[in-house]
Amino acid sequence: MADTRDIEVTVNGESHAANVETRTSLGDFLRHGLGLTGTHMGCEHGVCGACTVMVDGEAVRSCLMLAVQTNGHEVTTVEGLAEDDGTLSPLQEAFWKHHGLQCGFCTPGMLTSLTAFLRDNPDPSERDVREAISGNICRCTGYQGIVDAALDVAKTMQKGS
Amino acid sequence: MGVRYLGAEVQRMEDPRLLAGHGRYVDDITMEGMLHAAFLRAPMAHAKIRSIDSSRATELLGVHRVITHADLGAKYSHRMNQLYPAPVIEQDKTQYPLAKDEVCYVGETVAVVVADSRAIAEDALALIEVDYEALPAVVNIRTALDDDAPLAHADLSSNLMGKMRSSFGDIEDSFEKADHVFSAAFMQHRGGCHSMETRGVIARDDPWGDGLTLWTSAQSPYLIRRALATWLDESEERVRVIAPDVGGGFGPKAGFYPEEIAISLAARIMKCPVKWIEDRREHFVSTTTQRDQHWDLEVACTAEGKILGLRGKVTHENGAYVPYGILLPNSSLTPLPGAYSIPAIDVSVDIVFTNTVPNSPVRGAGRPCGIYAVERMVQVVSRELGIDPAEVRRRNYVRSDQMPYETGAKLRGGAPCIYDSGDYEALLEKALDLSDYNSFKERQAAARAEGRYLGIGVSSCIEDTGMGPYEGTTVRVESSGKVAVRTGAASQGQGHHTMIAMIVAGNLGVKPEDILFESADTAKFSHGIGTIGSRVAANVGPSAHDAASQVREKALKLAAEVLEASEADLDIEDGLVRVNGAPDLSISLGELAVKLTPMSAMRVPTGFDPVLEATSFDGSSGAPIACGSNVAEVEVDPGTGEVKVLRYSVAHDCGVMINPMVVHGQIVGGVVHGIGNALFERMIYDDQGQPLTMNYGEYLLPLASEMPRVDVTHMETPSPLNSLGVKGAGEGGTIPAAAAIVAAIENALEEFSVEIDYYPVDPQYLTELIDKGKVQAAE
Ligand code: FES
Ligand code: FES
Repeated sequence: MADTRDIEVTVNGESHAANVETRTSLGDFLRHGLGLTGTHMGCEHGVCGACTVMVDGEAVRSCLMLAVQTNGHEVTTVEGLAEDDGTLSPLQEAFWKHHGLQCGFCTPGMLTSLTAFLRDNPDPSERDVREAISGNICRCTGYQGIVDAALDVAKTMQKGS
Repeated sequence: MGVRYLGAEVQRMEDPRLLAGHGRYVDDITMEGMLHAAFLRAPMAHAKIRSIDSSRATELLGVHRVITHADLGAKYSHRMNQLYPAPVIEQDKTQYPLAKDEVCYVGETVAVVVADSRAIAEDALALIEVDYEALPAVVNIRTALDDDAPLAHADLSSNLMGKMRSSFGDIEDSFEKADHVFSAAFMQHRGGCHSMETRGVIARDDPWGDGLTLWTSAQSPYLIRRALATWLDESEERVRVIAPDVGGGFGPKAGFYPEEIAISLAARIMKCPVKWIEDRREHFVSTTTQRDQHWDLEVACTAEGKILGLRGKVTHENGAYVPYGILLPNSSLTPLPGAYSIPAIDVSVDIVFTNTVPNSPVRGAGRPCGIYAVERMVQVVSRELGIDPAEVRRRNYVRSDQMPYETGAKLRGGAPCIYDSGDYEALLEKALDLSDYNSFKERQAAARAEGRYLGIGVSSCIEDTGMGPYEGTTVRVESSGKVAVRTGAASQGQGHHTMIAMIVAGNLGVKPEDILFESADTAKFSHGIGTIGSRVAANVGPSAHDAASQVREKALKLAAEVLEASEADLDIEDGLVRVNGAPDLSISLGELAVKLTPMSAMRVPTGFDPVLEATSFDGSSGAPIACGSNVAEVEVDPGTGEVKVLRYSVAHDCGVMINPMVVHGQIVGGVVHGIGNALFERMIYDDQGQPLTMNYGEYLLPLASEMPRVDVTHMETPSPLNSLGVKGAGEGGTIPAAAAIVAAIENALEEFSVEIDYYPVDPQYLTELIDKGKVQAAE
């Protein structure tokens, strides 16, 4: 029989109790266990960043973390970034405005990575942003729209504060 | 006339859903009773299969079935179909969906396990025992045609798949007349697909219901429908292929794969839906790639640098099978003579088999290779004659007053290659301005004084886009007033929804938000060709425009009757037909639609066909030729061989731009792909055909931290070949990039006389060239 554990985890503010196989990655659990398919698996070996989610606010690769490790923790996925009424977050809006996505496959990981980054680095340079997403591969955009979106949000946040 | 959207920077309609995490890619789809598959793949590049024992795998808890070639029975025992038959294919080899008795590349499908979960299916792979007899493998294209070379398949007569040639003008005369003849030989390597979404397939077979349905991450659903139906010997009508959201394609998803057959058969055998999602390691070994070409060229020119002729020989690596005909070698030759007026060309290609993953186009197909070759030879002329690279180009361009210009080359399908419009020299000047080319020498000298090596490289390209025959659109107004728009063209992120909604909305007089867009489902539109070769905008644009015009006309005619007004006094705005000067008199498109789709016993107004709908297949009457000039500025560290791209400037002309924001995204993304080809992406095999780069630590993709900001400027020379004047934009960023980067590196290292004969230019290779240059200088 497969080795399983009971876990309790809060995902996008909602708590879930589940019995998971110990070998199941967090990404697979979110996608196939909870049906939160916004988190994407691009490489399943920790390099592409598509699977990035936030665990207790920190950007984490969900292909490299086991679901059982999130027992008692809080996970935020791309589905949890917009307001409850569906209003996009400022970063999501900026991606839209700056054409920061084409196929949209890397996008959830880009958004979660940059959400955590901008919270901790509210006034980044272009170089800082490029370094921040250097662990997220995008094959479509050439990164420019993504970088512009992040810088635009940072600028707006600076003005607002 | 309502609002015109054409040419506006409209934010994409597909984005809010994708940004919120609500995309629907293949792996996001689940079905009641669905099982999961994993493929056992060949571990050797060339071997005979003596026997397969899957008994232990079958016993594993959660495994439902292990399927091999022998389990498929006589009806399904044949090889896959050749999608693009061509007379030059002397030896045709296509794959079996599951290998029969010989495997010819690492990664070839041998068996498929169907289980409760993907993880269990993968566990079972290790329990299948295959007895292989290793055979010698051929890997190096330079020696593949030698008499003693191992054969890629046991029953080939040689590794020559076929030969091609592009030849026009009086080549002998050109070389006789020339003041100079220079030669150069170089290898080109293009990497793989590496869409962030890997391939994936779900098949459901319901023989008493709606037949066989395939959800697949693909660029050409209609091609797959036909190929699959043909292979199964069934009616196309009973096979439905859907490409849902697709996470990037770039060429390799445009073909037809063994997994698409194997998963269909697995669903048929298991009598339930079966899903297979490729993992990244499989992507490296089984998704088609573009790999190697060797070029050996001579250029004839005058003392002033006017090029008179180009001749030589190419060896093209085909990989182990021929899934795609001769599309790649062909599209490598078509772009010769590039943006230049070269009176004579004679270049032939040997297409050779190797024991590596089969070949397919990757962004640009053969065009980046053909353009790289021409640009290298222009660079050689510039270097040997000491004429500035920009000036050599000016002296050789096809001039705008020569348009339309017939090059002498032939397009795929045999039509002559004709440059339809453009001003290549003006485009170059724009790129030079954007890059501050004229002040580069000062920047270079200042950097040199600090011990830094800066270089600049120029590259120009043409791109045949928009190949026919069509990509149709249906526009139908429904009773709610919303407008259903359907096309066959699949999107892999290019923003088709937005582009088509802009065209239809502007033409018909509705809001883009009122368009319900559906594409890439063979059950919803009669036929489509495929999203390849930057062809969609120049084909679906005109058909969407025409279908919307027809619906508009029909609506106006009907409204004129209903409102008892003259058609000339009517206009449509926000879905409402109004009479000019009589603001109270109006009827909505929805109400008009109901008149043409009445209840039983009612009648359709006389003189009108039922349904407020039109379908058009209007497209481009030839291949619109886009063009571009790029300037790369790099810094090279001669100690480490590291290359930094400091600036990258693009002047591009893809005719009338439907949505400049989308075009900009295509160009920038394309350039970065091309920089990846020039500097990073290398799919390496050892001499036994074992792939050595199978993860993103070993195979390097361009990252945000290494990429420059790409500056883009446009010209808009309308194409005379379609109603909107558009040309394709999907590959114009990639095509000239490697040549610009390589020229810039050579320019930076001029004092070491570095001549680059291979890309990607990795640090190790570059330091070797620098060391060689230093030794030569010392001698
Ligand atoms: S899927 Fe986790 S980093 Fe690529
Ligand atoms: S948008 Fe396609 S991979 Fe980034």
